Amino acid sequence: MQLAVWTYEGPPHVGAMRVATAMEGVHYVLHAPQGDTYADLLFTMIERRNQRPPVTYTTFQARDLGKDTAALLQDAIREAAERFAPQALLVGASCTAELIQDDPAGLAEALSLPCPVIPLELPSYQRKENWGAAETFYRMVRHLADPAVRPAPREGRRPLANLLGPCALGFRHRDDVVEVVKLLESMGVGVNCVAPLGATPADLRALGRADFNVVLYPEIGAEAARWLGRTFGQPAIDVVPIGVGATRDFIAAVAAVAGVDPAPALATPTSRLPWWSRSVDSTYLTGKRVFIFGDATHAIAAARIAAEELGFTVCGLGCYNREFAREMRAAAAHHGLDPLITDDHLVVEDAIRAAAPELVLGTQMERHIAKRLGLPCAVISAPVHVQDFPARHSPQMGFEGANVIFDTWVHPLVMGLEEHLLTMFRDDFEFSDAAGPSHLAAHAAPVSAPEAVPASHDTIPWTSDAERELRKVPFFVRGKARSNTERFAVLEGRAQIDIATLYDAKAHYAR
Amino acid sequence: MSGDLSLAPSATGSAVPAVLRERGQRTVFCGLTGIVWLHRKMQDAFFLVVGSRTCAHLLQSAAGVMIFAEPRFATAIIEERDLAGMADCNDELDRIALQLLERRPEIRTLFLVGSCPSEVIKLDLGKAAQRLDRSLGQGRRVLHYSGSGIETTFTEGEDACLAALVPQMPATASGAAPGLLVVGTLPDVVEDQFRRLFAELGLPEPGWLPARRLADLPAIGPQTRFLLAQPFLGETVRALQDRGARRLDALFPFGAEGTTDWLRAAADAFGVSPMHFNRVVAPGRERAKRAIAHSQAQLSGKRITFLPDSQLEVPLARFLSTELGMVPVEVGTPYLHRDLMARELPLLPIATRLSEGQHVERQLDRVRADRPDLTVCGLGLANPLEAEGLATKWAIELVFSPIHGFDQAGDLADLFARPLRRRDVLRV
Repeated sequence: MQLAVWTYEGPPHVGAMRVATAMEGVHYVLHAPQGDTYADLLFTMIERRNQRPPVTYTTFQARDLGKDTAALLQDAIREAAERFAPQALLVGASCTAELIQDDPAGLAEALSLPCPVIPLELPSYQRKENWGAAETFYRMVRHLADPAVRPAPREGRRPLANLLGPCALGFRHRDDVVEVVKLLESMGVGVNCVAPLGATPADLRALGRADFNVVLYPEIGAEAARWLGRTFGQPAIDVVPIGVGATRDFIAAVAAVAGVDPAPALATPTSRLPWWSRSVDSTYLTGKRVFIFGDATHAIAAARIAAEELGFTVCGLGCYNREFAREMRAAAAHHGLDPLITDDHLVVEDAIRAAAPELVLGTQMERHIAKRLGLPCAVISAPVHVQDFPARHSPQMGFEGANVIFDTWVHPLVMGLEEHLLTMFRDDFEFSDAAGPSHLAAHAAPVSAPEAVPASHDTIPWTSDAERELRKVPFFVRGKARSNTERFAVLEGRAQIDIATLYDAKAHYAR
Repeated sequence: MSGDLSLAPSATGSAVPAVLRERGQRTVFCGLTGIVWLHRKMQDAFFLVVGSRTCAHLLQSAAGVMIFAEPRFATAIIEERDLAGMADCNDELDRIALQLLERRPEIRTLFLVGSCPSEVIKLDLGKAAQRLDRSLGQGRRVLHYSGSGIETTFTEGEDACLAALVPQMPATASGAAPGLLVVGTLPDVVEDQFRRLFAELGLPEPGWLPARRLADLPAIGPQTRFLLAQPFLGETVRALQDRGARRLDALFPFGAEGTTDWLRAAADAFGVSPMHFNRVVAPGRERAKRAIAHSQAQLSGKRITFLPDSQLEVPLARFLSTELGMVPVEVGTPYLHRDLMARELPLLPIATRLSEGQHVERQLDRVRADRPDLTVCGLGLANPLEAEGLATKWAIELVFSPIHGFDQAGDLADLFARPLRRRDVLRV
């Protein structure tokens, strides 16, 4: 057993729901007890979908267990097939139904339905949501893709690509697809099929018509792409175009596979990120310590952007999906780090605390950890809350994605000029701690006692002079200055922390 | 999923609407969800669900941002090793319970909460609770109940939890004066309002189940009279009656009338004079009526359908019908406790379609045919119905918000008026 308060991933059948909900003309019958319908609201509330997910649950109860849950499942399949007339039906079991061992595949087959039925085996006690989505998509592709469909002769037509991986409840999948399609169009590459997002079973049947596959999200699309590669000989592009450099690499990779000229795509007005990052206001970003955690794909892409495009120092890198541990280890080695591969948020919290970053990039959970630690943070990966399914266009991929990323990551940091001014005027009577939130007297809240910085017990005592000096450090770096000084004092074996210790520590940690 | 559709004859005696019983897909939460509000109320308790990743994911989805506040609940996720017999579930459970209590030494009561997976593999949480209860010591107690979807629907999780607490209540001394007990989780602010009203009425200081600290569970005995603050407590009622306590039959305390009736049941039982009762209750009752009046124009004459969720549906439909002039079209409830609803049902218009259980597709067909002005439903259905042009009110808010008593009556009415008002103001 594993103790959990918060989980990065849901069970695998939620992954299957994400594929079914992303598609059109598909229905999923899930053998599951009453209550499992909670997962519907992830789609209707977080992603704000205007339709129920195409999922029918058997919602069996205790009184059904003694009787025939298999009959219940068959009735549910029959009714769903009649009511929704899907082009393809998925059947499977949730964690509890897995234990009672009805056979969804056999029971569905016995009904000889007019549509293809794809049984799903999703081991709930070993695997998780992303695996469930990948497996479901792979099963559907394998079952539906028509091996007789092959690309038309190349003469007189554009090369065609499939985009694999975008899904329901995916972090920015909606807008990433728009960006990547635009990118491919600019290179003269057409899109045969985007799947699962927006695809029908009929679209999957014609996957073989494309010349190659683009795997946007390896967590969901890689398994299917591997099979398509084996079966149809379609090469797969596995460069994920998140960041300016990665997008350029992506263009080069597509150009090589599709036999087109990459120059126009690279020459067209690209991202503003390179100039924004070179402009002098960004100088203060240099060497800012950033901790990155999320799904492997987004975390690895973020680390490259952080290091190469924003000039940060990556001080921690990790992911929660073990399936991509190998890729994560390679990326972490590239940044000279030990990767953190865990799905325990308490371990992540400890790692963040130990790394003492100035910026945290992560999931919803890291946002809350950062809030607790008083650190700036931006969200780069699922799981996310409703605010990260925005109304506005906000891709992560392509050149526009790089613009979005620059703004999103830099905003939580105090801007350079602002930081400079605050440091310069830190003793100014209107900007000091005692002045309150507004220097306009009428709006300023009366400030009582100056904020007491709580001294952590069982540490080395601070002299009152040193405490006073510490208060001159701007509030947003004061906590870090305190912990650095205390760490330094322990390191040096000092009996107390005086002003000299404070500045010795500052010199020690200066970069 | 062949729903056995039957129209049961109405209860004998008073005229009440006929009941449509349906079986099929139910879009309801399981009883684990109750933990989200129960753990806020019982400040010295921890809820450990023994279940799967799905259970943890459900709690996370239901608890929203609360999950980040170091909540007093968690899931012991059963893994492959546990199922394959590589690890003994009971040893694992003991290990996790110890790990947990080391982190949270302030916890006095640990609830082991059963889930669908733990019940299907027949993990005996009753035995585990007994074992841990003996071994942990230091004034800690370990209890268990089922919050599984196969046994409980949404608010029934609270019922199962409170029923597990009843045997823990101390017995009243024989020959003690009659005592009053209020049963069902209420927000602290509402509990305090009722406490003041009981005191002004001159009633004995009531006990509360659940108590804010489980170390202070109220005493119970044959002299105890209890009022239900929530309608979904059938098992708890049975357990209380087994200990000799008697239920005071009343409307549930929603709106001016419901709250008056509820208080009167207690006042009558303890011989409070009607004059004194009226004098004490009149100001709150008048305030409630004034507050409700704000929503009157918006709601009067509007047709409303409830899909099954919490068992609050019948008393809420009664409130909206009798005090705001709304017209209940269909009132769906996961279970209909006829005893507990005996005062409520005759107050619903006879034309109301009452339904118990659910076949969601057929029920939605009826909603589309009825086209009520407002549909009360779960979050999985609300946006899809809005997209079809139907106004909705999401039901779970009715469980999490303070809605009982005189001073919440206006807020309660407004919860239903707001979605309609919003549709009127939007010009997009």
